[in-house]
Amino acid sequence: MTTDPAPRLVFEGVAKGFFGVPVLRGIDITIAPGEVVGLVGENGAGKSTLMNILGGVLAPDAGTMRLDGVPYAPNNPIDAGRAGVVFVHQELNLFPNLSIQDNLFITDFPKAAVPTFISPGKARRRARDLLARIGLDRDPRTTVDLLSPGERQQLEIAKSLSGEPRVVIFDEPTTSLTARETKRLFALIRELTQEGASVIYISHILADVLDLCDQIVVLRDGSLVDAGPRQSFSISTMISRMVGRDLDRLYPERHAQPTEEVVLDVRGLSEPGTIQDVTFQVRAGEVVGVFGLMGAGRSEMARIVFGLDRHKSGQVLVKGVERPKADPRSRINAGMGFVTEDRRNEGLLMDSSVTSNIGLAVLPRFATALGLVRTAALRVAALDSSKKLNLKSSRPDRQPVRSLSGGNQQKAVIAKWLLTKPEILILDEPTRGIDVGAKHEVYTVIDELARMRTAVLMISSELPELMNTCDRILVMRRGEVEGEFAASEFDETMILAAAFGQSGAASDRGPAVSAGASVPGEVA
Amino acid sequence: MDTDSPPTQKPALDTKPRSATEAPRPLWRRFLDSDLFVLGLTMVVVVVVVPFTHGFLSPGNLLNVASNFWPLLLVVIGQTFVLIAGGIDLSQTAIMAFTSVFGAMLVATSASPALYAKSPFWGIFFNETGGILGSGIGVGAAWLVMLGLGALVGALNGMFVARVGMPPFMVTLTTTLFITAFTVWSTKSENILNLPPAYDWLATDWVAACIAVVIAVLAHVILSRSVYGQWLYSTGINARTAQVSGVPVRRVIVIAYLLSGMFTAMGAALYTARLGAGRPTLGANLLMDVIGAAVIGGVSLMGGRGRITGAALGVLFFVVLTNALNLMGLEFYTIMWIKGLVILIAVAVDTLRTRMESRA
Repeated sequence: MTTDPAPRLVFEGVAKGFFGVPVLRGIDITIAPGEVVGLVGENGAGKSTLMNILGGVLAPDAGTMRLDGVPYAPNNPIDAGRAGVVFVHQELNLFPNLSIQDNLFITDFPKAAVPTFISPGKARRRARDLLARIGLDRDPRTTVDLLSPGERQQLEIAKSLSGEPRVVIFDEPTTSLTARETKRLFALIRELTQEGASVIYISHILADVLDLCDQIVVLRDGSLVDAGPRQSFSISTMISRMVGRDLDRLYPERHAQPTEEVVLDVRGLSEPGTIQDVTFQVRAGEVVGVFGLMGAGRSEMARIVFGLDRHKSGQVLVKGVERPKADPRSRINAGMGFVTEDRRNEGLLMDSSVTSNIGLAVLPRFATALGLVRTAALRVAALDSSKKLNLKSSRPDRQPVRSLSGGNQQKAVIAKWLLTKPEILILDEPTRGIDVGAKHEVYTVIDELARMRTAVLMISSELPELMNTCDRILVMRRGEVEGEFAASEFDETMILAAAFGQSGAASDRGPAVSAGASVPGEVA
Repeated sequence: MDTDSPPTQKPALDTKPRSATEAPRPLWRRFLDSDLFVLGLTMVVVVVVVPFTHGFLSPGNLLNVASNFWPLLLVVIGQTFVLIAGGIDLSQTAIMAFTSVFGAMLVATSASPALYAKSPFWGIFFNETGGILGSGIGVGAAWLVMLGLGALVGALNGMFVARVGMPPFMVTLTTTLFITAFTVWSTKSENILNLPPAYDWLATDWVAACIAVVIAVLAHVILSRSVYGQWLYSTGINARTAQVSGVPVRRVIVIAYLLSGMFTAMGAALYTARLGAGRPTLGANLLMDVIGAAVIGGVSLMGGRGRITGAALGVLFFVVLTNALNLMGLEFYTIMWIKGLVILIAVAVDTLRTRMESRA
């Protein structure tokens, strides 16, 4: 207790549960002033819950927190903000139609001399100071929708700095940043700590954590499994502590063999402004990856193939039969399934139960002649499908999917399509935002589907993932298929070069682990 | 749940087996969510009101309450389908007047030229000797025509909402304007009198009860057991997810409005039979009762939530409340105030419930 620097923040036995499932079990962490603490763990390990408790969004079931020695129990995020605890969110909370300065001072706009009136001039001056401090070179009057994802992230940070922060929480701040923007963010974090603020840094990019943090805390299944100075960790030890086993193989062994039968045949698909003359085939049992930078038209292509969006010319043939109408229903009936990129808004009914989500796409197949649903049979099938994926839910027919972890939510989406016994499955970023263990399970299911002769089309921004799960990789650039690589020709440099348009994939972050994440100015 | 009733800060993480335990929802939440809540409210009204009124529990008055209940139930069932789809049907009262008047024109036994000669349909659908469908078996045909007209207007509403993508309140408000104008123009604001005796059959208590109960049971089965029902809920909860999952979202929406129009026309036929006349202003003040009853019955204005049992109890509550207030001899504006307050509270509860849900 009397160690030299009095701790900035102390968690003591903090615990929390949802729906009878413990999410945090008695967490103890001590953070010194000016310290950067890396918080790592699989999705569902309890990181977000712990930070929500710190940020006043949730109340702990047990345990206490102390901030600079004083008991700290915020009732809401505003309390937390007043106490100097600020949260830089993973999802950006900005109003794209408002200007930078409006966004910065949305809750606390500088007042003019006459009360009740606001002073845009004052706001601009203060905004300029803040922007200079974080190194964002923009006029404060610029509307936010003109900013790049990285700039928006910086703005979000600037927002949190407009007070005098004591603890700043960063939740996956680099997912939408370029390498340069990431460097600038790290410099800014160090600057913050020099001014005395403590930082909690949550990320799946373990190299960054190792690079940036003084102390590293590993959570697994709601428990603190390891904590210590950076020097005592390596990436592999972090992973093994997170997963609880040695995951020497992130990618499962592949068993599927592509056949000769063409199941999906896309010919000259074009839609002005999004994709241009896209032609490819996927065979039964084949896994075809689609790589490209953000804005290369990958998701747009997938949506057109699935019939969600219209196209101007070209054809989509399923087992030799053309499907001219843009209508997901007819594609599903033809044997197609689609795991969308946006699982909250397009993949799931967030407040509905796990089983009703899984059953949604097959309702007509479980109907009697009168159009009534054979509920019991559907429930059994849905449970079966969820078990195949090892989906963890305390009460699948009651628990809303909203309360599942990201990985389990994604499993619910995939379980829904498994139930349709798809002959073609399109997956758009199926492992984004889910933890290592769930990723492994997704890869296993993909391989298993392929083994049962499903044609798989998988879009991803993670090149290593595609190289380890696919038989073939298509590279898209500016709406066109720029290159095609068979498994024997997989080469990170060449694939990246194709994605960047031959100009070389020079990235100052070494091997681009997730190059698809961002390249400014590459939006079609 | 019954282990400890005050659900306070008991740590949820623990060692006891939790496989069978349900989400620990506070008792009052479960009560608010259940149909018992509305039934309780109705009881409260009855208990409070009985000492202040004469003859609230008399057979005559109870029959009166029942005869108000059945037609309103039909209309509310229609509204329930649309609300679950995430829409709202403001055109129901206009559809009531429209179908009431046209059904009556087709079967009136006689009509006075002095009143109706200016109607554009004079000499086409009806003249001095009555409506073109005659008054015997033709009455059944007229009822079918009413249902068809209601379904047609509903389908048009649905098309504009689902195909054109217009906001439901605007579509149905515009429809109200058109249909009301057309109805008034068709009748020159006159009631269509002289309904044939066969029409009175619908005014019989047991017939009205049978129709409403059959439709309610049917609607309940559709919503809770059928593929269409599941599609309807998923559309109301999240139309994009529903679409990606192969739900024919547009068709689902069109059918919801179509059913709303059709059930409304059924309600209109019952009302018309009781009035003994086709009335161009039928249901003029009914819209708030309809939406209020549905919302009190737990049908959400945000879409995706609601059941027929709840809606029916909501109707019961509203009919009992109105009747009680009338019996107490309150002024008409006082009654409006009270009803307004009740609806306001119901909508507030609905909103809070939705908000708490999405925070969990």
